[in-house]
Amino acid sequence: METILFYVFSTFMVLSALMVITVHNPVRAAFFLVLTFFASAAVWLLLEAEFLAVILIIVYVGAVMVLFLFVVMMLDVNLAELKSGFVKNLPIALAVALVMFGTIYYVVGGSQFDIHNFVPPERHAADYSNISELGKVLYTEYVFAFEIAAVILLVGIIAAISLTLRRRPNTRHQKIEEQVAVKSEDRLRVVKLEPQERK
Amino acid sequence: MLDLILSIYEIPVINILVKIIAILVPLLLTVAYFTYIERKVIGYMQVRIGPNRVGPRGWLQPIADAMKLMFKEIIFPSGANRVLFIIAPTIAISTALAAWAVVPFGSEMVLADINVALLYILAMTSIGVYGVILAGWSSNSKYAIMSTLRTAAQVVSYEIAMGFALVGVVMAARSLNIGEIVMGQGGSGILGWYMWPLMPLFVIYFVSGVAETNRAPFDVAEGESEIVAGFHVEYSGILFAIFFLAEYANMILISVLAALMFMGGWLSPFEGVSFLGLGSTFLAGSSIIWLISKTVIFMFLFLWFRATFPRYRYDQIMRLGWKVFIPITIVWIYVVGIMYYVELAPWFTKG
Repeated sequence: METILFYVFSTFMVLSALMVITVHNPVRAAFFLVLTFFASAAVWLLLEAEFLAVILIIVYVGAVMVLFLFVVMMLDVNLAELKSGFVKNLPIALAVALVMFGTIYYVVGGSQFDIHNFVPPERHAADYSNISELGKVLYTEYVFAFEIAAVILLVGIIAAISLTLRRRPNTRHQKIEEQVAVKSEDRLRVVKLEPQERK
Repeated sequence: MLDLILSIYEIPVINILVKIIAILVPLLLTVAYFTYIERKVIGYMQVRIGPNRVGPRGWLQPIADAMKLMFKEIIFPSGANRVLFIIAPTIAISTALAAWAVVPFGSEMVLADINVALLYILAMTSIGVYGVILAGWSSNSKYAIMSTLRTAAQVVSYEIAMGFALVGVVMAARSLNIGEIVMGQGGSGILGWYMWPLMPLFVIYFVSGVAETNRAPFDVAEGESEIVAGFHVEYSGILFAIFFLAEYANMILISVLAALMFMGGWLSPFEGVSFLGLGSTFLAGSSIIWLISKTVIFMFLFLWFRATFPRYRYDQIMRLGWKVFIPITIVWIYVVGIMYYVELAPWFTKG
């Protein structure tokens, strides 16, 4: 059962990954990337890494790809222009691809990553909690790496904000705190008028 | 005969299917009558009567609506991407229903008792936004795409506030399992519920939930006055009905989660309370009735909000999410940390 599931999801993953790079429409490519993430989350679930699988879906599918789609939908992509350089750049691309494939094959396909070199991982009991194990390791053994990663992310946030932040004194903004603080007395005055006699 | 039925029920697949049906049929019935109650409640709030023609007091109105939508023609806009046009509502409804798999209705009444239940629900709601995105993009309509952009930004923003609010709950309960979160609130009746120490997170969770489901006053995704009906403007017939179903199922999900995580779920408010001798009556026992009545309170709040508040302006929605809710949740997570450290009774005592 598990083997069947594994093959189903990995075929899904490989096929949709192929579609990401072959489909012409960028929005469709992004959707296929979503499918790839989804299938890989399913494969992680089979590896008993339920926490990581769900986090993969929340972070990549739920947030990153939504923002990606956001950008891709707003861009005015000229498809003909995208295809124009295909023949001219093909030899270089092929050479790069060949080199990359060769190096990956040398590392992964060789004897050092052979499946017989590894003991198959043990099945955990039903009450095994992936989250608490991960938390224990993350906050004891790898606490330094964890904090460094957090600081790097913070730097990334600050960099992204500072890129868009510029002072433009001439533009007129709404001051929302003033708008929120407005009371009805500031805008509306109730006047008591004496009734006038008709002449 | 009974033995035969019981032995069939013991087959895992059949067992799970029966449980799924036992969750989905009441859920869909609730959704149908929730739409009726909504029209009635808002009607009375606006000094109208609401639907009262189909059946006695209009009780058959939702069924009439469903029949009408089922027999309407499905129109595909020219230039629409047909495959994605049909997949969009499918994603919306399947994620809205799949999230219910981990919702417990009692200490033993749960379909999938998994350790990452809370994250699973967050994941499902975050996939749900793809229904909206696909619908807007595949309809090839400018109103639909505008609404899609609004929704995508709004949902992603409020998901952060919601996630942080849930971090507080997880810290208090020391578990991501919803059953254990409920159990962490037991023992001292109404005072033991997490809504007291986590009051700001509770409010933020529910308001973010309203924003996540695109309900009034955060329903700029539909924005009738500006973009007609938003992402489902091109949908008709049963495909529209499916979006409708998904939205209401999500509202009920947000309500039931608020009841489970902040108001003690199926636990009784009189549990262990000696006041008036209530602690010894049947009212003190935990039962699904308590869960349902707490959920109904939140479901009513959704309707009450819609009848009361005017629609937010879009920039104000974004400001509320990013500049008000997220800072408050972060500060309160620190406060929860302090409460946890001093082992504030009765919520944070280590059991």
